[in-house]
Amino acid sequence: MLELALKGNKKYYGWITALLVLVGIGFGAYLTQLGFGLGITGMSRDVSWGFYIAQFTFLVGVAAGGVMVVLPYYLHDYKAFAKVTILGEFLAIAAITMCLLFILVDLGQPMRMFNVLLYPTPNSVLFWDMIVLNGYLFLNIVIGWNVLEAERNNVHYPMWLKPLIYISIPWAVGIHTVTAYLYCGLPGRGFWLTAILAPRFLASAFAAGPALLILLCMIIRKVTNFDPGKEQIQSLAKIVAYAICLNVFFFLCEVFVVFYSQIPEHMDHLKYLFFGLQGKSSLVPWMWTSMALMVVGIILLVNPVTRKNENVLVVACLTVFAGTWIDKGLGMISGGFVPSPLHHVTEYAPTVPEIMITLGVYGAGFLVLTILYKMAVGVKEEVRS
Amino acid sequence: MESSRRRFLTMTGVAVLGIGAKPVLDVLAAGQAEGAGSVELKKGDGALKAKQWAMVVDTRKINKASDLEPMISACHKIHNVPKMETKNHEIKWIWEEEYHYAFPTEINKFLSEHAEHVPFPVLCNHCENPPCVRACPTKATFKRELDGIVMMDFHRCIGCRFCMAACPYGARSFNFRDPRPFIKETNKEYPTRMKGVVEKCNYCAERIAIGKMPACVEVSNGILTFGDLYDPQSAVRALLKSNFTIRRKQSLGTEPTVYYIV
Repeated sequence: MLELALKGNKKYYGWITALLVLVGIGFGAYLTQLGFGLGITGMSRDVSWGFYIAQFTFLVGVAAGGVMVVLPYYLHDYKAFAKVTILGEFLAIAAITMCLLFILVDLGQPMRMFNVLLYPTPNSVLFWDMIVLNGYLFLNIVIGWNVLEAERNNVHYPMWLKPLIYISIPWAVGIHTVTAYLYCGLPGRGFWLTAILAPRFLASAFAAGPALLILLCMIIRKVTNFDPGKEQIQSLAKIVAYAICLNVFFFLCEVFVVFYSQIPEHMDHLKYLFFGLQGKSSLVPWMWTSMALMVVGIILLVNPVTRKNENVLVVACLTVFAGTWIDKGLGMISGGFVPSPLHHVTEYAPTVPEIMITLGVYGAGFLVLTILYKMAVGVKEEVRS
Repeated sequence: MESSRRRFLTMTGVAVLGIGAKPVLDVLAAGQAEGAGSVELKKGDGALKAKQWAMVVDTRKINKASDLEPMISACHKIHNVPKMETKNHEIKWIWEEEYHYAFPTEINKFLSEHAEHVPFPVLCNHCENPPCVRACPTKATFKRELDGIVMMDFHRCIGCRFCMAACPYGARSFNFRDPRPFIKETNKEYPTRMKGVVEKCNYCAERIAIGKMPACVEVSNGILTFGDLYDPQSAVRALLKSNFTIRRKQSLGTEPTVYYIV
C-alpha cells in the first residue's frame, strides 16, 4: 500500500520537501547537541527537564486521543466513525513516533538507550512507559495497516485482529496514565504530587487529540477527494467539548485543594505559574492565555449554534489545541521544577537550537503522518471510485 | 520472490523483537529478586564496615562560610568535580545553603540567630528509602546492600535525569557538557565523568574501601561525624543519643541518613 504515498501532485511533493527541510535543520541542530551536550538547551541543574519532555508529554496525549474514534466504532458500533478510525490510528502512530524521538533527543547518552532493555528495572516508571508506548505503536501499526488493507481488498479484516483492537482501547488510556505516573509519584515535587494528574492528562488528551483530528479532517476534505463527513466531525466536536470541560474542571479541583489547604509546597508552583514568584514571572502571560483559550473553546463548543458552524468550529479547535498545548507543553513540566526542592526560583526558557530540534521532531512526525494519511486517503478514493 | 522476501522480513522482525524482549521477560519472570547470577563483592581487609553509613552535622560548631570551605574543596578536588562557567551547568556534591533553603518545609518565622545566619552543609542524604533509585530505569543509581550507600554507575547512566526529578533534596548534578576542561587538577585515583551523565556525592565509597573516612569528614574540624547508624556503639549513635537532631524533609518517608544538630 505504501506505493499510494508515492503518487502525488506538485503540492504534495512540495509539502513533503518542506517537511524534509525542517527535519534536516532539526537534525543539524541535534548534531550540535550531540557534540556539545545538553548544555545548548535552556535546561539547568534546577530545571532538569524542559521543552523536549514537555512536548513528549503533550504528544502522548495526542496519541491517546486517537482512541476517541476507535472506541465509539468498535465498542458502541457507532457506524459513522468507520470512515475515520484509520485517521485516529494513524495519528496515534505519528504522535508516538514523535514521543519516542523526543525521549531520544532528551537523553544525555543516547547511544546507551538500550540499557533500558539490557538492565530492565520494573520499579522504574520509565521502564513501563517504554513498554506501553512501544506496545501502543505496535498495536496501531498492526491494526491500522490490516484494517486498511482489508478495506482496499473489499473484505472484512481478519478475525485475529479483533482482540488486538479491544486491547488497544484500554491501552490508549494506559499510555497516558503511565506517563502521568512518571511525575505524580515523585515525593517532593508538590505540583505533580496529586492523584488528579492522570485523569487531568487524559481529559486534556481527549480534547487535544480529537481537536487536531477535526482540523486534519477539514484539511483532508479540502485537499483530497475524500470527505471524512459532516456527522463525523460534529461527533468529534462533542467529544472535544466534554473533554475540555472535564480538563478545566479537574484543573479547578486542583486549584481548590491547593489554595484552600494552603500547603506551601503545593501552592508555590501554581503561584509561580499564574502570578510569578520572587519577581520571576515569564510564564504568567502564557498561563492566563492558556486559560482564556480553553474557556473560549468551551463557550464555542458547548453552544450548539457555534459548534455546528464549521468555520467557528475550526477556531474552537485551534483554541482548544493551543490552550492545552500551553498548559502541558509549557507549564506542566517547568511548573513542577519551579521553585526547586530547595525553594530556589530558577526560570527556564528553551534556546534557539532547542526549538530547532523540537521543530525537527515535529517535522518528522508530520512526515510520518502525511505519508500514512496519503495512503489511507488513497485507499478511500480507490474504494469509492 | 515476493513471498520469500516477506517471510524474510517477518522472521527478521520476530528475531529483533525476541532479542529485545528476552532480558525484559527474564526480569519479569524473576520478579524483584536477583537470581543466581548475582555477584558477591568482597570487602578489602582494611575497609571500614557498616550496615548503613550515616552522618551527623553539628551546626553548633559552624560559625561562618569559611568553616565549610575546606570540606567542599576537599570533596570536589578528589572527586574531579569541575567548576563550570555558568550556574545552569553547575556541578556540586556538597555545598552550603541557608537554613531556609536546606529546610524549606521547616521554616519558623523566628529562628535562633545562629540558625538564621550560619551556612548549612548539604549533600546527598543516602536515603534508606531513596526515590532516585526507584526512578532510575537502568539501575545506574543503586543502593549498595553492603553498607547502604546510594551509588552511581557513570558508565551505565543514559542521562534521562529521572533521578534528578525524583530527588527531593536537589542533590544531583548533570553534566550538561564535557566537564574535563573545567577540572583544575585531575585526581588520577578517581574517574572523571563524560558529558550526559548524572553524578552526586558517594559518601567517599572509594576511601571507605581502604579504611579512610570521607574526605569532608576528615577536614571538618569535628563538624561532621560519620559512622554506622545501626551500631549502637558508633560515634554517630552516640551523638544522636545525646542531642536532638533534625533531617531534611523527614515527612517524605525517604529516611535521610544525614542528621543535623541545630
